[in-house]
Amino acid sequence: MSLADFKYADTIHRCFRCGYCKFPVNWKDVNNCPPYARFRMESYSCGGRLWLTRAWLNDQIKWTEHLAEILYSCTTCKNCVIKCPLRFNVDIVNMVIAARGEMVESGRLPQAVKKFLENIELYGNPYGESRAKRGEWANRMGVEKYHGQEYLLYVGCTGSYDTRAQKAARALAEIMMRAGVSFGVLGPEETCDGNEVYKLGESGLFEVLAENNIQKYKNTGAQKIVTFSPHAYNAMKNYYHEYGGSFEVFHYTQFLHGLIENGKINNLRCPNMKITFHDPCFLGRWNEEYEAPRAILRAVEGVEFTEMGKNKESALCCGGGGGNFQIDLLGGSENSPARRRAREAYETGANVLAVACPKCLVMLNDAVESEELANRLEVLDISEIVIKGLNI
Amino acid sequence: MDSIYEALVNIVGKEYVSNQPEELYIYSFDLGTAEPCQPQYVVSPRATEHIQGIVRLANKEKIPIVPLGGGLSLAGLAVPLKGGILLDLKRMDSIIEVNENARYAVVECGVSQGQLTSYLEKNYPRLTHSEPGAPPAATLAGNVMIHGQGDLAQPYGFNSDLVNGLEVVLPTGEVCHIGSVAIGAGWFTNHPLPDVGLFLGWCGTTGIITKLSIRLFPCKRIRGVGTFVLEHEDLVPEAVYKLTHTQMAEDIVAFSSAIPPFASELQQITVNIAADSEKELEFKQEILWDDTLGEYIHRGEGAYLGFVRHLQRPQISKTSDYKKGGGFEYVGSIVPIQRYPECYRKGREISERHGIPYTVTGRCVGAGHSMMFAWTFAFNRADPETIIQARKALHETDDLVLQLGGVIWKPGTYGQKLILERLDPGTKELMGKIKRLIDPNGIMNPGNWEVA
Ligand SMILES: Cc1cc2nc3c(=O)[nH]c(=O)nc-3n(C[C@H](O)[C@H](O)[C@H](O)COP(=O)(O)OP(=O)(O)OC[C@H]3O[C@@H](n4cnc5c(N)ncnc54)[C@H](O)[C@@H]3O)c2cc1C
Repeated sequence: MSLADFKYADTIHRCFRCGYCKFPVNWKDVNNCPPYARFRMESYSCGGRLWLTRAWLNDQIKWTEHLAEILYSCTTCKNCVIKCPLRFNVDIVNMVIAARGEMVESGRLPQAVKKFLENIELYGNPYGESRAKRGEWANRMGVEKYHGQEYLLYVGCTGSYDTRAQKAARALAEIMMRAGVSFGVLGPEETCDGNEVYKLGESGLFEVLAENNIQKYKNTGAQKIVTFSPHAYNAMKNYYHEYGGSFEVFHYTQFLHGLIENGKINNLRCPNMKITFHDPCFLGRWNEEYEAPRAILRAVEGVEFTEMGKNKESALCCGGGGGNFQIDLLGGSENSPARRRAREAYETGANVLAVACPKCLVMLNDAVESEELANRLEVLDISEIVIKGLNI
Repeated sequence: MDSIYEALVNIVGKEYVSNQPEELYIYSFDLGTAEPCQPQYVVSPRATEHIQGIVRLANKEKIPIVPLGGGLSLAGLAVPLKGGILLDLKRMDSIIEVNENARYAVVECGVSQGQLTSYLEKNYPRLTHSEPGAPPAATLAGNVMIHGQGDLAQPYGFNSDLVNGLEVVLPTGEVCHIGSVAIGAGWFTNHPLPDVGLFLGWCGTTGIITKLSIRLFPCKRIRGVGTFVLEHEDLVPEAVYKLTHTQMAEDIVAFSSAIPPFASELQQITVNIAADSEKELEFKQEILWDDTLGEYIHRGEGAYLGFVRHLQRPQISKTSDYKKGGGFEYVGSIVPIQRYPECYRKGREISERHGIPYTVTGRCVGAGHSMMFAWTFAFNRADPETIIQARKALHETDDLVLQLGGVIWKPGTYGQKLILERLDPGTKELMGKIKRLIDPNGIMNPGNWEVA
């Protein structure tokens, strides 16, 4: 593809590289763009990515594995979109996705991205685990299979396969059962929602996933979907309607907040918890939901809540978005976004770092361990905090 | 095997050195109209010792070193004109000390303007620094290196006048300190030792600033900006002179632009006002607008457009996105304020000749001692012809500055050549001697200030 054929050919040169995109809203540091925070080279900044993309499409530089890694290290966290003062800002992440799309088309991908997409295609999850195992997280819990109940609980790949995230998925299912919610899960019939596939630029595969999922949900009669992951929430809420999937979609924090508000969950108590909250990008910046998770935490008696310096639209991404949870181009350093974020959480004096996303849960859990903070800062999903609050 | 690459890796670690095409490409550009030039290596040091090691290596290998801060000076000053090692200094980003009583901050060279502002707002809300209108990613060191001016330039002067001390790695690798810190007395003053200020304004050709102490100032509780408009450019110097006499303003900036068309030809003056109470604010507003500028209103030559509380963070000039082009560059100059009308008129002519809507700005430096006057030219990054036009306009404007009796501020290579042609031979010789002595291998940002 030449630059002229690029969807954003008329826009991509408009980035001045002023560097606003590196900052959080309060200008605290230049570390709010995850790849830039990790590598601190201009090539990894948002402006660098756009200029390199343009140079590549203009044939000024050639495709290399390194170029591909630079583009794929973007977690699509949208900090740049929030910070860029120019009018084309809404398209910044889309430009990166479109450039990745071109790499997908021509088959020039980093090995880890290839593997990710291959696994989704073959197994319906990026882990390469068998489909049959997808429902095992709920074994012996008594969670019903979905057969037309009011809500379909969509757990997603991370909640289904990752042992740490499974615990949180179980907590969520237990809360829903105890609150008497009519819901079920698809178990082994559940498949990847496709959010990361979309962000990795594989629009064809995304389309297949979306269409199959929509068909499946329609066949089972599902109309209301509660997602465990904000990534799935984003895909289903913002992209599925293009393929005829108009469901009522809730992130589980919105749903739990509703249960608290109408008294289905009450008497939550967690004494001596000093909590700070990490906003997931796909709930916060992508879907502007900052309140529901905080409202839940406020409803728990005994919780002292403290904000991190960078919160809400300024939150530093954990580094797991845009496929990086698996392809891991940002790991392996104390400058990895997750480790930076763990330190930021620790600085607040909190003893619990609350999250509302299974990917953030795993990323930050590992980061807290790498930082040797595990016995001072516990990473808990909000579902786990609620279940603790109910059990006391 | 590339031995220089290996040596750099040994100094800063593998992750912070690159000789790959992607990094070489990105670091070959300035954001303005300067032609790109590729470095051979990009290195991002974290400590003064790293920089010493890199400088020693560069001397051994006789390879250029080009220091880079935010890379926002827009005149190609950190483009590696002769290749070499591009030193991205932004990882040196610790705020080392803020002394509240003596009002100064000691920072590493990669600390950005935005970072310091945010830090002060959070931890020392009664202190502020003179922040330039540059994007907040600009570094403090890069700014004093080019004699920048911030939003307290009117009361306190150039930012390079506000330096209380420096730590510098010399071109041969030694570290030296300037100011009170040189005798271990802290970072509170640049005087009264013998003046060895050989670094500011030299664009990194005489050494690399690794730390600096910068003066801070009282930050009043209420800060805001008032706007006054004058119908004719001839009125601006007198109005600014009167405003400076009140000693009640922080920043004073006059500007005019072709867009929006209804305001074209009018001269706007923005005045930053700070106060600790409503009473103080009211008093200052009365003195500034009624007593000082009221006469222009009475004569029908001017109008007060209002006061907005809170200072806006510096906004990247929307000029860069003029006609969705993504680029602009400006010529800055330091000129007497009396020259404002001619600067405006002649600059406008140049813009119109090159088919670029005019944008001119003049910021008062000191109590009317001079003004930084800038002519901005937008271009379309995707259209090489517009870049050539803008470059021509910039060069014509460099010539204009000297014709008007001004001094080009942060000149690129074209402007530097014009200045060196006119420079007092004695001064030029002194600069040459200094340069030969201090940088015997000529490795420091070569292509800039070539006097040796
Ligand atoms: C929209 C816009 C508005 C602006 N407004 C203003 C303004 O109001 N006031 C103002 O003063 N400027 C302004 N500028 C110009 C410029 O951006 C600033 O002066 C900025 O502070 C320069 O800092 P930098 O870190 O970007 O420097 P750079 O461009 O990185 O470097 C400037 C020069 O210093 C050298 N250098 C950098 N760091 C070091 C170091 N540590 N040691 C030795 N040499 C070094 C470089 O090699 C280069 O020659 C503006 C620019 C833009 C784009």
